[in-house]
Parts: sequence; structure tokens; C-alpha cells
Amino acid sequence: MENPTPASTKSPVALGAHDIHKSFGNLEVLSGVSLEACRGDVVALIGSSGSGKSTFLRCLNLLEVPDKGDIRVGDVRIDFKSGPRARRVVSDRRQAEALRRRTSMVFQSFNLWHHMTVLENIIEAPIHVHGQTRRQAIEKARELLDKVGLSQREDYYPSQLSGGQQQRAAIARALAVDPDVILCDEPTSALDPELVGEVLKVMAQLAAEGRTMIVVTHEMAFARDVASHAVFLHKGKIEEEGHPSRLFSNPSSERLEQFLSPFRNGGFGEPSGGRGHPISPRAVVS
Amino acid sequence: MIILGADIGAWSGQLLAGALVSVALAVATVPFGMAVGVAVALAKDSSNRVLSAFGEGYTTVFRGLPELLTLLLVYYGLQMAFQITAEWLGLSVTVNINPFVAGILALSLVFGAYSSEVLLGGLRGIERGQIEAAISVGMTPLTAFVRIKWPQVLRLALPGLGNNWVVLLKDTSLVSVIALNDLLRQTSLAVASTKEPFAFYAVACLGYLLMTIVSNMLLMLLEARANRGWRPMSP
Amino acid sequence: MNWELFERFGPRLIDGLFVTIQLSVISVVLGLILAVPLAVVRARRGTLGSWSAFLFTYLFRGTPLLAQVFLVYYGSGQFRQTFENAGLWWLFRDPYWCVLATFTLNTSAYQAEILRGAIQAVPAGQIDAAKAGGMTPFQIFRRITIPQAARLALRPFGNEYVMMVKASAIASVVTVFDLMGVARLAFQRTFDFQAYIAAAVLYVLVVEIFRRCWVAMERNLNRYMPARH
Repeated sequence: MENPTPASTKSPVALGAHDIHKSFGNLEVLSGVSLEACRGDVVALIGSSGSGKSTFLRCLNLLEVPDKGDIRVGDVRIDFKSGPRARRVVSDRRQAEALRRRTSMVFQSFNLWHHMTVLENIIEAPIHVHGQTRRQAIEKARELLDKVGLSQREDYYPSQLSGGQQQRAAIARALAVDPDVILCDEPTSALDPELVGEVLKVMAQLAAEGRTMIVVTHEMAFARDVASHAVFLHKGKIEEEGHPSRLFSNPSSERLEQFLSPFRNGGFGEPSGGRGHPISPRAVVS
Repeated sequence: MIILGADIGAWSGQLLAGALVSVALAVATVPFGMAVGVAVALAKDSSNRVLSAFGEGYTTVFRGLPELLTLLLVYYGLQMAFQITAEWLGLSVTVNINPFVAGILALSLVFGAYSSEVLLGGLRGIERGQIEAAISVGMTPLTAFVRIKWPQVLRLALPGLGNNWVVLLKDTSLVSVIALNDLLRQTSLAVASTKEPFAFYAVACLGYLLMTIVSNMLLMLLEARANRGWRPMSP
Repeated sequence: MNWELFERFGPRLIDGLFVTIQLSVISVVLGLILAVPLAVVRARRGTLGSWSAFLFTYLFRGTPLLAQVFLVYYGSGQFRQTFENAGLWWLFRDPYWCVLATFTLNTSAYQAEILRGAIQAVPAGQIDAAKAGGMTPFQIFRRITIPQAARLALRPFGNEYVMMVKASAIASVVTVFDLMGVARLAFQRTFDFQAYIAAAVLYVLVVEIFRRCWVAMERNLNRYMPARH
């Protein structure tokens, strides 16, 4: 599997976040994180628990509202100036929705809507947010289900599916709205080891098709082999970033080296998940 | 003291006495009610078919009967039972049942039924490993039950039992129907005399509300104390 | 078995049963209608509306139903003139309507609390996914929160409806001839304990049948929802 070509300055910027700060009470979780993803980039966010990587990802579609910084997706741009938070959140609701129409999220705990079938889950946003007709949405949904290998399951409820199947359905749901950027928050962390592979396979396929993705992950093999750019976060700041081939084989920062040591000694395992990792990265909880 | 145009002050002594009777009734019910609840919960949890059927049946009956009806059944039923026994023994006396006692009995039966469900949930919520650990250090099953299982059951059951207590407090108002001088009956007497129903019944409601608020606060403290040292296991 | 008793009072007992069912069903349905906006207001924090809603539910849940009935029934008699002027005296004069109104307010408070709890129990992840998809708050509420909260609320609602049937017996204290009222009347006339036994059997039957149907319905509706605890 080849890494996608790193973003050239000629590729349009799909998503840009600049100087993001976020505190919860007295705890500053993000202290100025910036990121730019061009179209076709696959960005892997790695780091230990508490580094802020999930918080950062959730800021990108405003599930968390940053205290400072700005975010741009396509032609939607939101500035977060320090000031009363309540006012800012309310005035940004329309903008937040505009931003969310251009992005999709895949969650660690899938978050498929329990009371709807797989098909209903996938057509929900296209119909109610993007104004598609029911027929259009169903047609598209069936294509996507075929793509992720769940054609036979469209009338099943999430509780009737395995973890891997649920996550693939969630990916189909994320694709249904044709987003500019897909945000993935530890998509395989909640899966049993033997199910990780099927999900990583789908994600690698999306990467190969040129989808822009930002993935928070502990699957180091995936980060090394599929991502076009890796970002190592530590305590709310970017410690090191760059092309994965360089980062994983030759880290310049000591902390990154320390972080990678359990994986490097045991090997990264197969990028498709394989039969289990020698040292399970699942021990690290973010 | 005039509230809402009525002279509550003159009746405050009686109302307070009534409130004390209400609280006393509830407090007196708890030990009997808990005894019933524990017995029925154990019956339902046992592997003996007869016992568990009895437990289920008991719960069904007392969860289906209106508390008012239970009270009247106990009150008149006991009266008649004693009367018949007296006649059968050849004594020509009229037996009167103390309404306070009838109240305790009836409310205990109801409290026991609801508490047995809560306790059963608690019993089933204890991990087997806790008892296994106790037995493996040499405790007899009985000791393990008393020293290990029950404290944990009580902790799990506390919110439900606390809720049942508050319901019990409110149910005491039903004894006013069998002429026991609780808060509500005293209020009715005051109303009969002063013809100011709105003010007095409003005050009675406030009295019960106060009892509820104080109970809830005490329960919060109890729950906090029972839960000290408990943290959910990290994933 | 005292057949004479049943000949004399049997039909009236059945009539009383119908009154009980009527009272319970009407108050519960009206209470539910009231409870929905109450729960929504209650779920928002810190507003004047949510505090008033909190006060309302706390008052009705913290005081005995019998006291509430007395307050409304006997208390309204004091303001007869005012009600007559407002054309509302018919509501408060008849014990049946008084009791129905009080029951409705009472159960609406309990149902609002159940709904509020259910709304807050919808997992945050379900809401996150809806937000991430770009749904407006109203869309999220209508298409995700309410359907799931309703399913979560089914079991406690069933309990509340059973409570209401039992609580309806209180109507007998203010001379409404529901099942309990007829039983008391029969007892007072005949001093035959079986009058109460008959009423007891009917109450337990009705409650048990309802409970089993409700539990079966709840299990069926929730068969694809995630297992709880």
C-alpha cells in the first residue's frame, strides 16, 4: 500500500484550523494547535491520553467550542474570539450547522441511532439536512452499503450487528452526505481485535480514493502506512509532525520516541489489523 | 398567626401533634415493613418453588391493592377476626382495634411489598465474586451473607428504599379515614371548626412538604455516606 | 360466599369499576398532555420556566394525594362566589370533576419527572452524531431525543399508570362512587366483609392484567434498543 502523495501547495485546502485553544474549567487541554489539511490528505493524530487529540478533533466540527482560534472548512470560516462563550455559541449556530454540513464524523462508540435501521440511519442526514429526496437518499445509501460490505443488512437494527458491522455502517452514514472532510475519532478503539481489520480496510480504501480524512488513532500501523501526514500531540501542543515514514522510523523528539517505543519493539502488526498486536495499543486510553 | 385569613396560630398545637403522629406512624412502620420486605425478597430469591411463588403472589396482591383498601381490609378485617374469636371463646365483648396499630400493620404490608422488589434488585446486583472471596477465606455461608452481602445490598437498595420511605410518609395521611389523629385528620377537625378549608389544607400540604424535604436531605446524606469508598471501575 | 350481597351490589360494583377506569384513564391521558411541555421546560436549566416547573412538580410529588384532593374539593368551596362569577363553579362543585382535576395535575407532575429523566438519559453519543450530521436542535429533539426518550420512559410510565389506578381509590373519600366508593357503601349497609374482598379481587385483577400487557408491549417496542444496565 502506497502512502498518498503528500499535499502540494497547489492542492486546495479542505480544512484549516489555526491556533486552537480549549480549556475545561482550569484545565487547559489545547494550547494553540494548528492544522491544515489539503484535499486528499489523510492526517493521523496520535498521542497519549490527555494529549488533547480527541478534543481537537471535536473542535473541528464544533462538538466542542474552542476558546480561541479559527476554523475554516471550504468557504465557511468561524473565528473564536475570547469573550462570553454563551453569546458566541448562539450566534454561531447557523455557522456551526453550515460547517457540519461539510464534515462528517465517525465515532469511537459508533453512535448509530438505536431506534432506526441501518438504512434509516444512513438516509437521515441526506434527507433532513441536505434536502435530498427519499428516493435519491435510499439509492445512494444502497451504493454505500455495498461499498462497505453491508448490503444484506439494510433493515437490521444496530443492536443486531457486530461492532465491526456497526462501525462500517457508521462510515457509510458519514459518506452519505458527501463531506469535504471525514473526522474519525478512534474508530477502532472500541472493537474486538478480530473486528478491527475489517474497519481499517474500509478506511484504507477511502484513503486510496482520495477522501480527505483526519483520524485520531492508536493503530500505529494504519498511521504509518495509510496516512499522508502524522501529527503527534502532547499535553495540548503539537510536539512533532511530518510524513509518517519519517516520523515513525526516525522521530526527532524524545517524547515521540518514548511514545513509539512499545510499538517499535513489538512491531506495528499488519496495517489491516491482523491477528492482534503484540503489545496492544488499546492499553492507552485517551 | 394569620395565614390566608385564617387563624392558624390557635390550632398550631393540634396540627403539630398531628404531624408528630404521622411521623411516628411512619417511623414505627419501618422496622416491620423492612422485616416483611427482607422475608419476601429472600422468598423470591430462593430456589424453593413454593417460597418464590409465595413471594411473587404476595407482591402481586399488595402492589395491586390500593393502599386505602389495604388499610380498610386490615382495620375492619382484624376487628371482625377478633370479634369472631371472642364470640367463639364465649366472651361477650366488643373488640376495638387501635387505629394506630392497624395503620402500622397495613402500611408495613405495603411497604414490605415494594421494598422486597428493591431489595431483590439489590440481591441480584451483588457480584458472585464477593461471596466466593468470603467463602474461600473460611467464612460460613451465613457469615458471608451477613457481613459481606447484606451491607452491599443495602447500599444498592438505599435510593429505592428512601423513595419508599417518602411514599410511606405520604401514605400515612390515609389513616385520617379511620379516625386516627394524624396531621390530615387534625386539619380536617380544624376545618370543621373554623370553616377555613383552603388555608388549613394548604398548611397541611406544606407540613407534608416539609417532611418530604427533610427526608430527602437526610437520604442524600445517608447515600453519600453509604457510597464512600465506592468508585465505578475504570474501563 | 354471600350471594345476596352480590345480587344486591354486584352491578353497582361493576359500575364502580368503570368509574375507576374512567377516572384513571382520563386523568392519565390529560396528565400526559400536560407533562410533555412541562418536561421540556423542566429540562432546560436555570430559566424562570424551569424553576416554576420544578416547583410545580415538587409540590405535587411531595404532598399526599388525599391532602391535595381535600385542598381542591373543600378549599374551592370557600371561593364559591369567585368561581360562580368566572363560570367555573360547575368544575369545583361536583366531586367527580374536582377529583379528576386533582388527579390530572398530580399525575402530570409524576409523568413530567419521568419524561425529564428519560430525555436526560438519552445517551450523549446519539445527540453528538445528530449534531455532527448538521441537524438543527429542533430536528434533533424531534427525530432523535423524543423517540428514544419515549422508549426509555415506557417502563416507569407503566408503573405510574398502575399507581394512578390505585390512587383513584381516594376519590371514594369525597363521595365519588368508584369501585372503592361502592365497596365502602356496601360494607356500611351490610357489614359484610366480602364487599371489600370483592373490590380487592377486582383491583388486583385489573392491575395485574394491565401490568402484564404493558410489560409485554414495552419489551416488544424495545426489542432492538440496547440492553440496559
